[in-house]
Amino acid sequence: MLQIKNLKAQIDNKEILKGLNLEINPGEVHAIMGPNGSGKSTLSNVLSGKKGYSVSGDVRYLNENLLDLEIEERAHKGIFLAFQYPLEIPGVNTNIFLKTSLNAIKKAKGEKELDAIEFLKLVKQKASELKFDEKILSRQLNVGFSGGEKKKNEILQMSILNPKLSILDETDSGLDIDALKVVSEGVNALRSKESSFLIITHYQRLLEYIKPDFVHVLINGQIVKSGGSELALELESKGYESLS
Amino acid sequence: MDAREKEIEKLKDYKYGFSTDIENTRAPKGLNEEVIKFISNIKKEPKWMLDWRLKAFERLKQLKEPNWQKPKYPKIDYQDLYYYSAPKSMDDKPKSLDELDPKLLETYKKLGIPLQEQARLNGIAVDAVFDSVSVATTFKGELNKKGIIFCSMSEAIQKHSELVKKYLGSVIPLSDHYFATLNSAVFTDGSFVYIPEGVRCPMELSTYFRINATETGQFERTLIIADKGSYVSYLEGCTAPMRDENQLHAANVELIALDDAEIKYSTVQNWYPGDKDGKGGIYNFVTKRGLCKGKNSKISWTQVETGSAITWKYPSCILKGDNSVGEFYSIAITNNHQKADTGTKMIHLGKNTKSKIISKGISAGFADNTYRGLVDIARNADNARNFTQCDSLLMGNKCGAHTVPYIKNKNSSSNIEHEATTSKISEEQLFYCNQRGLNQEEAVSLIVNGFCKEVLQQLPMEFAVEAQKLVGISLEGSVG
Repeated sequence: MLQIKNLKAQIDNKEILKGLNLEINPGEVHAIMGPNGSGKSTLSNVLSGKKGYSVSGDVRYLNENLLDLEIEERAHKGIFLAFQYPLEIPGVNTNIFLKTSLNAIKKAKGEKELDAIEFLKLVKQKASELKFDEKILSRQLNVGFSGGEKKKNEILQMSILNPKLSILDETDSGLDIDALKVVSEGVNALRSKESSFLIITHYQRLLEYIKPDFVHVLINGQIVKSGGSELALELESKGYESLS
Repeated sequence: MDAREKEIEKLKDYKYGFSTDIENTRAPKGLNEEVIKFISNIKKEPKWMLDWRLKAFERLKQLKEPNWQKPKYPKIDYQDLYYYSAPKSMDDKPKSLDELDPKLLETYKKLGIPLQEQARLNGIAVDAVFDSVSVATTFKGELNKKGIIFCSMSEAIQKHSELVKKYLGSVIPLSDHYFATLNSAVFTDGSFVYIPEGVRCPMELSTYFRINATETGQFERTLIIADKGSYVSYLEGCTAPMRDENQLHAANVELIALDDAEIKYSTVQNWYPGDKDGKGGIYNFVTKRGLCKGKNSKISWTQVETGSAITWKYPSCILKGDNSVGEFYSIAITNNHQKADTGTKMIHLGKNTKSKIISKGISAGFADNTYRGLVDIARNADNARNFTQCDSLLMGNKCGAHTVPYIKNKNSSSNIEHEATTSKISEEQLFYCNQRGLNQEEAVSLIVNGFCKEVLQQLPMEFAVEAQKLVGISLEGSVG
């Protein structure tokens, strides 16, 4: 599904990613762990197409050159980024935002767009699956949401958009244990043979709830070690120091 | 690209930019007594009306064009304009839509205001004003049954002379200021509305203004009277062809609400804004004023200003009756080289009068957008209250936003609040929307519509959707 070869990215003349290699197949869950400043968020930004980076290397997604695609084209083709800090958009109702987003993607794929009634049915169902308070959906997008509500809202959007590749950028940071469970259950419910995940995190805690197939350690812009889920436990006890 | 393709390419930006090739009856060029007599004569006006016009013209000679506004413009040669232009086919007034020149019907159809279908489909009555004349008014019969008068100003002067005489100029005096006085001298047509005591107007009334002729100013006059305990919601829309010249639009709108009456007046202004380099476009210099004459009366202005090269207007409320309420909800969008200096005046005269001002200014490209507003609380206006909120949104770094509030307070029991914010659409917000599948233009439109929500909510349902689209279209290409 995704093949990354020798990916380099710099911003403001500072090189952040220094030749990163990674391959993700359909149905796999990959976790990327690493200390602050190792390039984790840069990786998620570059994969989703955020402007401002100068990028080189070869990134193939579903047999296409990913780096040639605009941000929204990547979204249309099934890439979803759960933001570390979801943005507030005042005056825009959360439901309306979600519907606009879903229909933009459906339209790009040549599928029939949902009308208001069909959409509300879908959103109600997903919200109840995620134990997500529906009232939030009629509020302005992320405005006045607690940290946990914002993250849950990201997961709700993910489950409605049903992406092929979901990138979770430190979705667990700032979550209490209940919210963490909700988020994890949301991800687990979406796991399938077709959908893949790239989970970026500081801590092993999230991986207790979402069992990854692979764990990679990102230090100083490169993946220095890869392994199974046991690697996360090892890191938790020994720290990153032992690897750098 | 051949000429036709070019034309199509141009129209993509402003789809109302076509012009209708139609034979016109015009007044001789220039501003003088003869031209005023010509206008009055062609409209078969009674003598008192002509006298009123001439009085205004005398007054005009002593007035100077104001010059305090922020957007400056080249000197207008008032002798080089036509003050009256109407389709020749209107000379012998057609009695019904069937007799109307098919070219006119076609024009309104192209504008999305099919006069015939409209009459049958939507519950909206339309008065269509083409250059200097009202060409058709729909639903007249049905409204008449309730005693509601909805007709062109010219017709009202002839048939409802007493009402016109009593109220015309009662809110915007003949000598008010240069453009208002100019309008009083040369106004051509517009809409007249009278809602009798206790009647709630069963449908939206609307006027669609179209400038078509070249080198012509449009000077329309609208007068709305809501008698005791009545209610009316009125909407105006405006478009004009794309031309390299600047065209002047100087309208006067007067609203009068008697005891317990309510008038809701909405504007969706989409005059041609000029091209990307600021060439051409309408000068929209309009005087709009409402008088809450009776106790417990209410006047609410909602405006969505997206067009015009320069928009310069302050729809105002004079809160004379005790407990009367004035509201002003505004969205002013300026893109490319457009300029706007707009806001309101809330004059509190009566006791317990309340006013609310919500202004949303959006500026993109090289545009400049000013909110200018006055809250004036008179000595006897006990317990008057005002709340003002002015928000500005900037896109890019070459545009400007300014907020100029004036507050005059002569009564210590009053309560005045003013809030103002200035913000920019952030790259992060756009990234977030793009990541969710919206392209740049959809993202901008969504964010800006959110910013304007409080105002858009005030529009009648039928127009809210159109206005939302317009907000998005006006800003196309503003984020690169």
